Amino acid sequence: MALLEVQDLHVYYGHIHALKGISVAVEAGEIVTLIGANGAGKSTTLNAISGLLRPRQGRVLLGGQDLAAYPPHEIVGRGVVQVPEGRRIFGRLTVRENLEMGAFRRTDRAAIEEDLERVFALFPRLRERLQQVAGTLSGGEQQMLAIGRGLMTRPTLLLLDEPSMGLAPVLVEQIFETIRQINAAGTTILLVEQNAFMALEIAHRGYVLQTGEIALAGTARELQANEEVRRAYLGG
Amino acid sequence: MEWDVLIAIFPSVVVDGLVLGFVYAMIALGYTMVYGVLQMINFAHSEIFVTGAFVGAEILLIMQAGGTLGALHPLALLAVIVLVAMLVSAVLAVAVERIAYRPLRGAPRLIPLISAIGVSFFLQDAIRLVESLWRNAFYLTYPVVEFFDLRIAIAGDIDVPIKSILVVVASLLMLVVLTLFVNRTRLGTAIRAVAEDQAAAGLMGINVGRMISLTFLIGGAMGGAAGALFGVQFGTINPYTGFIPGIKAFTAAVLGGIGNVPGAMVGGLVLGMLETLAASYMSLLTGGAFGAEYKDIFAFSVLILILMFRPRGLLGEVVREKL
Ligand SMILES: Nc1ncnc2c1ncn2[C@@H]1O[C@H](COP(=O)(O)OP(=O)(O)OP(=O)(O)O)[C@@H](O)[C@H]1O
Ligand SMILES: [Mg+2]
Repeated sequence: MALLEVQDLHVYYGHIHALKGISVAVEAGEIVTLIGANGAGKSTTLNAISGLLRPRQGRVLLGGQDLAAYPPHEIVGRGVVQVPEGRRIFGRLTVRENLEMGAFRRTDRAAIEEDLERVFALFPRLRERLQQVAGTLSGGEQQMLAIGRGLMTRPTLLLLDEPSMGLAPVLVEQIFETIRQINAAGTTILLVEQNAFMALEIAHRGYVLQTGEIALAGTARELQANEEVRRAYLGG
Repeated sequence: MEWDVLIAIFPSVVVDGLVLGFVYAMIALGYTMVYGVLQMINFAHSEIFVTGAFVGAEILLIMQAGGTLGALHPLALLAVIVLVAMLVSAVLAVAVERIAYRPLRGAPRLIPLISAIGVSFFLQDAIRLVESLWRNAFYLTYPVVEFFDLRIAIAGDIDVPIKSILVVVASLLMLVVLTLFVNRTRLGTAIRAVAEDQAAAGLMGINVGRMISLTFLIGGAMGGAAGALFGVQFGTINPYTGFIPGIKAFTAAVLGGIGNVPGAMVGGLVLGMLETLAASYMSLLTGGAFGAEYKDIFAFSVLILILMFRPRGLLGEVVREKL
């Protein structure tokens, strides 16, 4: 049984039929990427998994259990956390407070400290800036904080929505490398990206989303070799 | 002009200003916290405040009728009425949010505002109804507790009633505790996180609905405490008593920078001080041309001036966020 199974999901915004019956599966330990053009429905998919949007039809199963009845905070409690598009850090809170909010539901003090150290190991910059108000961090630092904050929930499944958006090429490389490390340490990842090239480099499998439907699915190698994918998303 | 008179009354004017200022500050907190979290003006907050005042009055009146008013030390008595008023107002505020605001989450901003105005009227008349049935009167006067009216010297031949000092000390204490709570605790931080971005807070595992309830709980408790202290200080209350202090406390919240906790305190103190100074000195300084009844005009003129130069309030958002 897959860790996450999205089955025939339909999501509407008013009359707009944003997701037209998509199915996605993520096995424990994988990095799976969801690629597609602007407006394809990638963020919508993640928000439906996180419980921010209610599907009109279809199911989201986590370890075989339907998540439909759970509000967003309880889905986090079940080990699924989303690092949303545009970072959405708490700009008026300090870096430390942001990280603490990631650990909000947890009471295991010692393990929280451990995870904090793990986040600092991934992003040493954050340790230097613990007392800084998060809104004054640079864009790249904010992205690090957003991922770090998500990791503080100690997720089994990490949903990342365009973590490379707006970052300089060097930082993009670094963020993808970090994602690979997080995965290697045991966290399953569903990665939404515009940067299909990089995403397919680190992913095991991928799905191509087109106007609310899955157009293609396969291993990362298969997708990288696919003519259509090359033309539409990999620039040749 | 009688300078000696001016100087002689100054210390007690300051104390009166502080008393009023702290009462405004405590009420203002309820407005500002709810605004900070929901961007909504809770018009029913003035009635949450009045409910606290009625709870205090009822406890004292019932004890007086039972002849037990003298059984407790006056300080314990004050603690009891303030704590019970806090509890009742807090529960009421949480219930109001659940019943009248939460179902409207996601509706355009004006809708919950109208609901709040409705709740405000409803509570005024509900208090009136209950008191009329129970006491056949809805104007209540706090029983005299002599201890509260004793005057103690604070310096030289200047003396002020104990109750004024108690109001200042009690509210100062509560404001300090609240500030520490909001800024230093995990729950306080979560409230600030929800205030900033509800969806993101939910995505981090924070129960947003519960944090909103907690916000109303705290605002309601502060309002209830302010109500009981107001009653002890000023004596007579009725179901409509909340309106003017409510408007002024709301103004104080805006003056300090709405949504900002320290701002509400500063705003409350500034407004209370201005109002009291105007009431005491305007007549003296203008040779009787403007009497104490012009105090609000003076206070609000200063307010408009301040807001013209600092439209976000005295302590309003200074830090700009990067997008
Ligand atoms: N709140 C909303 N109200 C109405 N329509 C929406 C809303 N959010 C998204 N949509 C529409 O749903 C579709 C899918 O949007 P979504 O945000 O999921 O796209 P995306 O694949 O994440 O795009 P991008 O790469 O630009 O982030 C788009 O056509 C978008 O206009
Ligand atoms: Mg998106």
